[in-house]
Amino acid sequence: MNQNAPATDPVQRTPARVNDRRGTDSRPAMTGRVGTGFGIAIGLIAAWQALVWAADLPPFILPGPGRVAFALWDNAGLIAGHAVITLTEVVAGLIIGAVLGAATALGLALSPAARRVIRPVLVITQALPVFALAPILTLWLGYGLWSKVLMAVLIIYFPVASAFFDGLMQTPRGWLDQARVMGARPWRVLLHVRLPAALPSLASGLRLAAVYAPIGAIIGEWVGASQGLGYLMLLANGRAKIDLMFAALAVLVAMTLILYRVVGAGCDALVRRVS
Amino acid sequence: MTAPSVTLAGLADIGGAPLFGPLRLEVMAGAWTCLLGPSGVGKSTILRLIAGLETGAAFDGTVRASDGGPVAPRVAYMAQEDLLMPWLDVAGNVALGARLRGEAPDRARSDALLDRLGLWSHRIKRPAALSGGQRQRVALARTLMEDRPIVLLDEPFSALDARTRSQMQDLAAEALAGRTVLLVTHDPGEATRLGARNLLMTRDGLRDAEIPATPPLRAVDDPETLRVQGRLLQELRALA
Repeated sequence: MNQNAPATDPVQRTPARVNDRRGTDSRPAMTGRVGTGFGIAIGLIAAWQALVWAADLPPFILPGPGRVAFALWDNAGLIAGHAVITLTEVVAGLIIGAVLGAATALGLALSPAARRVIRPVLVITQALPVFALAPILTLWLGYGLWSKVLMAVLIIYFPVASAFFDGLMQTPRGWLDQARVMGARPWRVLLHVRLPAALPSLASGLRLAAVYAPIGAIIGEWVGASQGLGYLMLLANGRAKIDLMFAALAVLVAMTLILYRVVGAGCDALVRRVS
Repeated sequence: MTAPSVTLAGLADIGGAPLFGPLRLEVMAGAWTCLLGPSGVGKSTILRLIAGLETGAAFDGTVRASDGGPVAPRVAYMAQEDLLMPWLDVAGNVALGARLRGEAPDRARSDALLDRLGLWSHRIKRPAALSGGQRQRVALARTLMEDRPIVLLDEPFSALDARTRSQMQDLAAEALAGRTVLLVTHDPGEATRLGARNLLMTRDGLRDAEIPATPPLRAVDDPETLRVQGRLLQELRALA
């Protein structure tokens, strides 16, 4: 999973770099950012259409953007219904995974005994490919929402716990000395010094989680489901409705990007409070 | 508050290599003692030992207060870095100790301190909005807020420009009057202005340095103080 981490960086950094070049005034920078994103989207769609034309691909192999847009329009209600299911799974997984991950990090940071016992267990569970668990989870939890939520939870739990824990263990020593001389209680140091100091680390874990969580939900839906975008994609694929499959995929991508932006904005607000 | 004197006696080594030999350091009751010497001789380690902090050195000896009471719980500590929490405003930073102990902060006292140190108009600012001198004044206010009889200062003014540094010395000397203060410093001028007793720490142990006949806080342009400062610098140069 970790090898996926750099893949999210361009999403995050490219706009920021464009920002810097355009100076300190935020309005032109914002317009520039949206403009750049728009430009990239237009470019990708044009390349897609060009590929369809150049290779003379039939619609059941690769439908053009126009055909996909039409499928999206035509099946808007159907896709929206399935998207709501997937979004529910993703958001529930994100919230539960983030809370569990953060709680684990806090527990580990507070207790050296917990670190000795639980940390190796955590690492061992990471050696287990979460994808391979999907059929078992479906077997145990059924075809409903919860097997997908749990997949999302499993996939984001470790990045969140790991990032936040690292942050909690890297509190500047001077602050800890200061707290010690003041006669502070350990859990109060955790709450008032180590936790705020670790929020930027938690934020980077949460940003990763926002992009990972949909992966978990979709895998869960592929393995066994009766609703959701992943289910719809498999169904459309099986019936050679490739345009519908691409329409569902486009909605999934849009959903993930919006989720990433929303979580990112929340994280930025969080980090601004402590820096 | 009657401040006791503090005596550290013993030796320390790091991984078997001696850091400082058997020595006996007495910090005068209710006055400033300055500790000077080359880097790496163990000055900060002594400060940390008195404060009850981790040092990385094995210390074989004792730290005692003249009144027989415990030392570490009666210590306040101020370092070269201001150690302010960037997410708390000035008032929050000054009241940090109470918050970390789970006590209700004494607002009247912290307000009075902010006023006394000229920080009242900055009280709702975050540290990032302050200059280095102002930040160190907040750190001093936080130290005073702790109201401890023993105050340990580890080069607290060394990162400041000369003008701000001398102003901070004035402020600290006045604010910490009557407390037992141990100041670790590299600046002979600072020690000569502030010290009631100045100690030179070397590999061979501690020895008293000359201090001016006038009581601290000495004027920055007092000829006698400047002469002693020059001599102290000569002594420090001779060590290296």
